[in-house]
Amino acid sequence: MAATPSTPVDLSLAFILTPPPLGNWLVILPPVLMITLGAVLMMMRHATRLHGLVAVPGLAALVVLDALLLWKVAVEGPITMVMGRWLPPFGIAFTVDVFGALLALVSAMAALAAGIAALSDISETGRRYGFFPFLMLLMAGVSGAFLTGDLFNLYVWFEVLLISSFGLLILGSEREQIDGALKYALLNLLGTTFFLIAVGYTYAIFGTLNMADLAVRAREVSGAPLMTLAGLFLLAFAMKAAAFPVNFWLPASYHTPRLTVSALFGGLLTKVGIYALMRVMIMLFPVQHEAWSFVIGVVAFLTMVLASLGMLAQNDLRRLAGYAVILGIGNMLAGIATGTVSGLAGAVLYALHSILAMTALYLAVGRAAALSGQFTLSSLGGLYQRAPGFAFVSLALMLAVAGLPPFSGLWPKIMLVKASIDIGAWWLAAGILVSGFLSTVALGRVFLIAYWRPAPAQAEGKMPAAAAGPDRPGGSAGWLSFGPLVGLTVIITLFGLFPEAPMSLSQTAAIGLMEPAAYIGSVFPAGGRP
Amino acid sequence: MNTLIFRTIAPFLTALMLVFSVFVLLRGHNEPGGGFIGGLIAASAFAIYGIAYGVAAVRRALWFHPMAVAGFGLFVSTLSGLLSILAGVPFMTGLWITPHLFGVEIALSSVMSFDIGVYLVVVGAITSIALALEEKESD
Repeated sequence: MAATPSTPVDLSLAFILTPPPLGNWLVILPPVLMITLGAVLMMMRHATRLHGLVAVPGLAALVVLDALLLWKVAVEGPITMVMGRWLPPFGIAFTVDVFGALLALVSAMAALAAGIAALSDISETGRRYGFFPFLMLLMAGVSGAFLTGDLFNLYVWFEVLLISSFGLLILGSEREQIDGALKYALLNLLGTTFFLIAVGYTYAIFGTLNMADLAVRAREVSGAPLMTLAGLFLLAFAMKAAAFPVNFWLPASYHTPRLTVSALFGGLLTKVGIYALMRVMIMLFPVQHEAWSFVIGVVAFLTMVLASLGMLAQNDLRRLAGYAVILGIGNMLAGIATGTVSGLAGAVLYALHSILAMTALYLAVGRAAALSGQFTLSSLGGLYQRAPGFAFVSLALMLAVAGLPPFSGLWPKIMLVKASIDIGAWWLAAGILVSGFLSTVALGRVFLIAYWRPAPAQAEGKMPAAAAGPDRPGGSAGWLSFGPLVGLTVIITLFGLFPEAPMSLSQTAAIGLMEPAAYIGSVFPAGGRP
Repeated sequence: MNTLIFRTIAPFLTALMLVFSVFVLLRGHNEPGGGFIGGLIAASAFAIYGIAYGVAAVRRALWFHPMAVAGFGLFVSTLSGLLSILAGVPFMTGLWITPHLFGVEIALSSVMSFDIGVYLVVVGAITSIALALEEKESD
């Protein structure tokens, strides 16, 4: 072993029986709540009418729990609970800092919106296939991944959310869905396998998988093949996050499931990859990250520019939204590549914005399709005439996604551009700006064609038949589907108008990642590190 | 499979395997065994019964849908972890009570109820997969 610790483990700590403060249970409760509700919904799988009544209050409770957790973490600093009262490096630790709590809260908000939208969008068949149990287990995986402080446990939560996402992806078992799910499953399994190999390699080098322990040892160790290890993690998480050379699974699969499912996936899944990438590369392997940062920068540049070109080229609204998700990933990677506090804070802020905005964008696409009966841009039209309120909301969303004021997309972009210029990477800043411009053009084109243009005659004739179909493509167009969209847009607008709180929290999150002393101190209090 | 020997033996074999699975589950506490392997044995017992008498017979005999069994198992396991909130110890810490019933000391623990939950999850999930595969064959 490269670095065996000289100080022996202080076993006496294991016999200290101070009960954990009740507030610390907030660390574990979000995934526990979601698993419990998922189990209950599985037991009542035939009472599909009750599913929504259990799931939506459950998601609301998740938002409340995550908000309390964020408040507690922001006030007190990182908190830890070690499962089964084992000593930290041996037991599985759940350690939450501002970074994890922030993402957990925002993703719970997106999931709540999607859960409410699902009440009208997911048909009886979809519920019978288990939409709501899968949604609960997906959120268990997502919250677990954001809150855990153990590398292998992170892998387990990835698996939990991956398996639930397979279930959600093939809801209804149509041919197109199976085709999309196959590509998604194969490439994601490949990514997960790389992750698992990297985890095993980490254990072989350090003999520990606790993140706080790793953060200390990775800075001390010398002569270990850490560049390879960091490269493996980079590849695995880049696959999860849909970064450029390994992102072809996303456009191939995200347009196939129900729109609510796409909204969830677009909002949450790729961001979990970004979260893991930041956690591992910045907090655990900062030196190796420095060496890899040029590669990450190039990947970020290509991801952004190609995604925005993809947005321009698409004629299907759902595929266009898929490229918008990838565009956001490129921006976050640019922030990670800079490796400075302001760049990382920009990436965190962009992740928060992207979770909300992408969920809302997919929901808007779903509603546009519900109103007009199709996803094809070339035959869409007249949405403004039919639903001016919805057109207004969509415009706000598109401006937010394109990163224009006064919405949430603006601030992270400013921070990212500034951070890139600060480190002298003008090409990265140019990539952010050019891709932002191209995405503005693409989204402006959507608004121009689908909303302002009067409805083409041919679509007019087709519309009633398609909109009357019970299953495809949009579901009902009532308040249950419009409400969450409006709610998300309001949050995005507030986020854009009053960015101080999210900005300062992202700043704290970024500092916590770069200087994890508080994180380590929460796992090993009073220098009790082995 | 429609041989007389198999159909005669299958119920006994199933019963024996189910009893054995519970034995393995409880034995797993201190020796090799446990909820996962016990659940696998029970699921293969149901699969054998299904091969002999058809899937419908297994579903009738199980009464609950296998996925509901799995859900219940997950629920039991999670609750076993949550029990420790009452004792003021971190999540998933093992808690023990040893009541004396009829002069015999019985050790009950949240570890055991967790393992029973694992057993039910494995039984439910694997049985539902096995039954779905067998159903395809018989059609």
